Amino acid sequence: MRRGGDNPKGGRVSTQTAGGGVTSFVASMGSIVLLGGEVLRSLFTTRLHWNEFIKQLHFVGWKSQVIVLTTGASTGMVFCAQTFFQFHKMKMDNATLTVVGVAMITELGPVLAGLMVAGRVGAAISAELGTMRVTEQIDALRTMATHPVDYLVVPRFLATVIAMPLLTVLAWGVGIAAAYLLSITVLGLEGSYGLRHLYFYVDTQDVLLGCIKALFFGGIIALVGCYRGLNCGEGAEGVGRATNEAVVQSCIAILVSNFFLTLLLRGILYP
Amino acid sequence: MIEAQNISKSFGNNTVLRDVSFKVAEGESIAIIGRSGTGKSVLLKHLIGLLMPDEGTVRVRGVEINNMPERELLAVRRQFGMLFQGAALFDSMDVAENIAFPLRRAGETDEAEIQQRVSEMLRLVEMPGVETKLLSELSGGMRKRVGLARAIVHRPAIILYDEPTTGLDPVVSDSIDQLILRVRDQFNITSIIITHDMRSARRIGQRIIYLRDGQVYLDATAEEVFNSEDLLVSQFVNGEANLKEGVM
Repeated sequence: MRRGGDNPKGGRVSTQTAGGGVTSFVASMGSIVLLGGEVLRSLFTTRLHWNEFIKQLHFVGWKSQVIVLTTGASTGMVFCAQTFFQFHKMKMDNATLTVVGVAMITELGPVLAGLMVAGRVGAAISAELGTMRVTEQIDALRTMATHPVDYLVVPRFLATVIAMPLLTVLAWGVGIAAAYLLSITVLGLEGSYGLRHLYFYVDTQDVLLGCIKALFFGGIIALVGCYRGLNCGEGAEGVGRATNEAVVQSCIAILVSNFFLTLLLRGILYP
Repeated sequence: MIEAQNISKSFGNNTVLRDVSFKVAEGESIAIIGRSGTGKSVLLKHLIGLLMPDEGTVRVRGVEINNMPERELLAVRRQFGMLFQGAALFDSMDVAENIAFPLRRAGETDEAEIQQRVSEMLRLVEMPGVETKLLSELSGGMRKRVGLARAIVHRPAIILYDEPTTGLDPVVSDSIDQLILRVRDQFNITSIIITHDMRSARRIGQRIIYLRDGQVYLDATAEEVFNSEDLLVSQFVNGEANLKEGVM
């Protein structure tokens, strides 16, 4: 984390004033990468604050289930219905569940869970740390010989990185189950045939690809949220702006990195 | 004990501190006074390394803290306690957890010892039995007292007070002043207090530093400051507005 020193409250002057949108986005992503480096250093050199970590794991993992379950089920059913309608024209009805399964596991599951968690958790992290900064609680931590990265960022980072793959698996399960139920009850497809094909066409690499993406997205959500909170502007307006930026920046970073991760991990996992 | 030498600090085009120098001896209590926006809080944050000067040096017990990496500064800060203007208590914790925080961070693991120290501090600030109260249940004065208890629980050598009586009624302000004096005398703590309250400054400050336009305008004993014939000093300590200067 940067040492406070650029404004009287000990925070950094917003990069938004320094240049255009793209420049400031790239500059802040650079600072977020540096924050990531500080987090990794702290992870291996300082003691983890278990109480804070468990609290965050409960908040990020347990309490995000409803939104992830809803998103997974909805996406699974809608995607299944749309795929069926198109495939039906080509007499490929029985491939529906396979396509839904592969898409959910490699792309839709991690990306949609990531976007939902970015909206819920990224915003909360940014608002909480931003409020702590404007009320001088971050400075108070520092005066009590506590590094904010050790106490605030590391537990949130670790909790989000662990929770995201688990939430993604939840999204897969409920998405595929919802698609399966829809296909046998409403669309009139043969269930066991679809499941057999799903099992046949989904590889271990697909599961690994989805999990690695989810892990990476978890890291993005936590780091962007923490960075925006720790560097937010003054007052309620500053906290509001930081929260907004955290969600927008996390979502953009997830969508952009998803493309490159797909290409990179395809090259590594499917030689 | 603390030495600030030729400190200058700007934020963008706004120069807040210009060539500020002073020394604080062990056990001494200093009051820093001056109009709003003249750089008092910024100066205080330099003394504990929350801000770094553009020019000049800050030494704490002979150790220069300028440009020290944040992790090395943590060790220096263990000698300090700080009471913030808004108390800066952690609102995710109750009163006892707030006060116990510095002890736990210092590696204290004996829960009975921690609870005993917390209760002792709460008795000292005349708030016994509020350990389990949430911050939302406390008034402004009570928050300041809990903040003071948190600042002194680890027995620091130096304590910094950032406007401890601002926003409090005169009776509560007086009780906070008395607590500050009690803490200073009981633990022989070096105290640096920023205040707009001239009564507090006179009671607590053995020496008073008057900051004006980011510079040390006067550094003298409380008696000298309050009996000063300098027009600017006497206007400030007597709270007289000078409309020609645009002071409202």
